[in-house]
Amino acid sequence: MNQVLNTFNGTEFTTGSAVLEFSYLVAAVLFVWGLKLLSHPETARRGNFLAGAGMILAMITTLLLHEDSEGHRIGLANVIIIVLSIGVGTVIGIIMAKKVKMTAMPEMVSFFNATGGLASALVAVLEFTNPLNESFLVTLLGLSIGSIAFSGSMIAYWKLNGTIGNFPSGFLKYVNIFLLVAIIFLTSYILLQPSPHNFKGMMYLLFAISLVYGILFVMPIGGADMPVVISLLNSLTGIAAAMAGFIYHNLAMILGGIFVGAAGTILTLLMCKAMNRSLWNVIVGGFGSSGTASDDLEGTVKEVTIMDAAILLAYSHNVVIVPGYGLAVAQAQHSIHELEKKLEERGVRVRYGIHPVAGRMPGHMNVLLAEADVPYEKLVEMDEINKDIENTDVVIVVGANDVVNPAANENPGSPIYGMPIINAALAKKVIVMKRGTGKGYAGIENPLFYKDNTSMLYGNAKDTIQKLVGEINSL
Amino acid sequence: MNDILIFFYSFREPIFIMVLSIFLGIEVISHVPSVLHTPLMSGANAISGVIIIGGIILVGHADISRISPELIVGILSIILATLNVMGGFAVTDRMLEMFKKKKGSGSKSK
Repeated sequence: MNQVLNTFNGTEFTTGSAVLEFSYLVAAVLFVWGLKLLSHPETARRGNFLAGAGMILAMITTLLLHEDSEGHRIGLANVIIIVLSIGVGTVIGIIMAKKVKMTAMPEMVSFFNATGGLASALVAVLEFTNPLNESFLVTLLGLSIGSIAFSGSMIAYWKLNGTIGNFPSGFLKYVNIFLLVAIIFLTSYILLQPSPHNFKGMMYLLFAISLVYGILFVMPIGGADMPVVISLLNSLTGIAAAMAGFIYHNLAMILGGIFVGAAGTILTLLMCKAMNRSLWNVIVGGFGSSGTASDDLEGTVKEVTIMDAAILLAYSHNVVIVPGYGLAVAQAQHSIHELEKKLEERGVRVRYGIHPVAGRMPGHMNVLLAEADVPYEKLVEMDEINKDIENTDVVIVVGANDVVNPAANENPGSPIYGMPIINAALAKKVIVMKRGTGKGYAGIENPLFYKDNTSMLYGNAKDTIQKLVGEINSL
Repeated sequence: MNDILIFFYSFREPIFIMVLSIFLGIEVISHVPSVLHTPLMSGANAISGVIIIGGIILVGHADISRISPELIVGILSIILATLNVMGGFAVTDRMLEMFKKKKGSGSKSK
């Protein structure tokens, strides 16, 4: 493997480097093919496996065959250190992935995204001081994009698990624009120096500002926008990795990173479209508490007893369940499936109306309900369910709020005006299960609760549903 | 202007790859059922841990005769990137495992 194979453009190369580059090509094909298979339900698992295999292949061949500019392979002692580090990361990563609850999946993805972003930033910091590296533009881009992805994902992680609450946007958007300008200015300033290596202090300042920007950029974003932000941060991590790929002229890194960056961006835009909002609006606007509270709400909020709700459900023909984040929080996915089966046994037609951004991640509800073994064909997408919502006897809203808020259709002053919703209010009866009387995650008043055909069932969703099942059993 | 042209020329191959990858990413992701959005995002997230290769190259050619801050940071970057890669693929697999289960009779009584 060490023998010089040939010369190319005047530089000699060994068998090893040729094999290494070929393995990168294979890895890149596996990434693309894997993600392609991941986008079809039947082949998804195989796709994930292929992409993983591509990554492991690239890791092993790099370890064994990579040569520095003087043609030295990675020494044995270095190999041991690297393998140990990978071992530590693998053990921690797999334990975390196996232990995490299904409901906490979005946080987990956000956390792993943060570690990838930080890794890119650290590689960039080290490469900045490496005298052999002359690619300052990509180094600095990798540094700031990686840092933003890291601190932003950590904030998203903490916001999703409830450590950090909502934060008023207000003047923050001006601070953010200022920081963004500072990042661009600092990057250009360092680049224009004759020997940027000497501007280590400036580089650390850029690192710090990028971290702060990541924090402040995610801070004011809340509720329904969280999935969009995670997807966006995800694509940033990919782009940061690709920037490092430029430093090493590593085509597998560039392809993998940019490919994921583009895929993530498209996913982000698809989600924005589902909410009828522009990406700019999500980033700069944020669902602040700035929206009009629409205090001209008519009617009163009515409660219903478990008994009455059970009778209503048991004697209806057509029931639609609209799940939201509350279902995940209460871990009520198994209970709701039980309720659905009980009702089906009595001849009631039960379906689930899935809003594309219900929960904290796209498809969050699908994953959750799949865990409880809810059959795939019972999960109906928003547009489909809206078509015959008027013929539905009862809509049960479980821990969802903004995705059924009629203000999105009716109140131009509402911050969510224009977002497509499941038109639960048009059903004959609506039962809303809710933990408390507070507003939804986005902090917007929901007129649905005040409608004549709406009744509320307060309490923990899991307990309430179990009581409902018990009540239906005794009918 | 010259600087930009020099930059473009010296990086022309990676830039070609980059531009084509953008189209590839867009093409592969469009028309994905929303059921798969979360696993897809998670799988893509695992691939973004490809920075691990950078970490390996960095620590691979580092001077390890003494413990320097650079070495520590390099090792840290490998551990973090591995978390992203291995954790990412493991989490995605766990999500997809549930989709598989449901393919069967789908009637597990609880």
